[in-house]
Amino acid sequence: MIIALILKKLKNALTDLLPIILVIAFFQIVVLRQPLPQMGEVIFGAVLIVIGLSLFVQGLEMGLFPIGEAMAQALARKGSLFWLLCFSFALGFSTTVAEPALIAVAAEAAAIAGQGGLIDPSPDSLNRYAFGLRMAVAFSVGLAILIGVMRILRGWPIHYLIIGGYAVVMLMTIIAPEEIIGIAYDAGGVTTSTITVPLVAALGVGLASSIRGRSPLIDGFGLIAFASLLPMIFVMGYGLILFR
Amino acid sequence: MEFIVDFSKILLATCRDVLPIIILIIFFQLFVLRQPIPHLRRVIIGSIYVVIGLALFLAGLGKALFPLGKIMATQLSDPAFVYGTAEIVTHANWMAYGWIYLFAAMIGFATTIAEPSLIAIAFKANEVSAGTIKPWGLRITVAFGVAIGISLGTFRIVTGTPLYLYILVGYMIVIVQTMSAPKNIIALAYDSGGVTTSTVTVPLVAALGLGLAATVPGRNPALDGFGLIAFASLCPIITVMGYAQLVHWKTKRTTKAMEKNNAL
Repeated sequence: MIIALILKKLKNALTDLLPIILVIAFFQIVVLRQPLPQMGEVIFGAVLIVIGLSLFVQGLEMGLFPIGEAMAQALARKGSLFWLLCFSFALGFSTTVAEPALIAVAAEAAAIAGQGGLIDPSPDSLNRYAFGLRMAVAFSVGLAILIGVMRILRGWPIHYLIIGGYAVVMLMTIIAPEEIIGIAYDAGGVTTSTITVPLVAALGVGLASSIRGRSPLIDGFGLIAFASLLPMIFVMGYGLILFR
Repeated sequence: MEFIVDFSKILLATCRDVLPIIILIIFFQLFVLRQPIPHLRRVIIGSIYVVIGLALFLAGLGKALFPLGKIMATQLSDPAFVYGTAEIVTHANWMAYGWIYLFAAMIGFATTIAEPSLIAIAFKANEVSAGTIKPWGLRITVAFGVAIGISLGTFRIVTGTPLYLYILVGYMIVIVQTMSAPKNIIALAYDSGGVTTSTVTVPLVAALGLGLAATVPGRNPALDGFGLIAFASLCPIITVMGYAQLVHWKTKRTTKAMEKNNAL
């Protein structure tokens, strides 16, 4: 019984990985015409990926989704707007501020700004710049989750907010320094990590299903969309304030 | 032995990522909500699965996929391979990069299928929509979007056209689609833009972008290497809404046809 379940999970994970294996094999054999380097290592890595992915999916269903929904429902029942918004902001801020992908992007952005002569290229000033950028992004993700939760509570339609956000991004693109635009656009994509996404989704769906008159599908999703939109605006704003 | 050291490092890093969430939840449970978490044992075991699973997943990626993907990205963008001669090429010819566009599209599609956060969202969407949104349907639609996005992004790097033009046009399309797309897909479509780019896709795609910007004549890695991730988060929004519109339009047409038949 349990073995059959484990085998099923492993099979699912293998299906998830299959496209990558096919693409790499196709390009190695047909296009580049080279044998795979270090075959043993690659197969070992693939086995780890399959086991890891099955464990992760199992853990999602047992741990992350239930805890996210339980917290959302408990906070909704408590009925305190202040604590709900505190929780939303803290969830966005704390999971983003230490995100490795963000640290890497911020350091790279600082190096580019230093080379471009936008800021003083000394290591001290570069570190300050990278730290400020990270704070700007983390703050904006916290604020994004907060706004998203407000939207679920009030039932605002998501498209006005997102289209309004796009309009701001377009306007800022015109006036922001060119060096920061690419980084700002990418910052939107790197903020949402693998553990944050399920939690935030469970929070949104849990809230929407515990408030009368909200549909989990129409109102519950959308938190992640805010979390990828606001960082773009904040990073460009950070560039504008610093370089003008 | 070396692997055990590597794995412990990744496991520690994953634990550090989870730490703020655990502190936040404990703080709220103890001081604000003051009530026990239902099925606490199960939740804790599940969270341990998530941490160990993610660490194994990342260790496997670091061992097998990333080195391989990066080597392939460099080989494919190498001017000697692209132009088939050892001569130095001074002007980029965008037509010579066919394999790059294909590789970008295929690797974008394949990595998105394996992206754990997209699996999570697809699972949730299926549950919430009472089964009308199929997990594989959503994942494949999103993966198509990423494939188109990354391929377009590499084309932009090769031609050196400005990033903001593409993004602005993309936004216009999203805005127009939003006005006519079925209401219940809009939030999910916006979300699928954000989830595509995490653990698997970002490192591979960033390597492709920077490698390409470094080898295409006339490109500057600092300015042109960025932006692929932006494409990968914009295009899935368009494909998900587009697919929903297509399904909506088709069902509307069949119901209309059925009404006509009934009337006759």
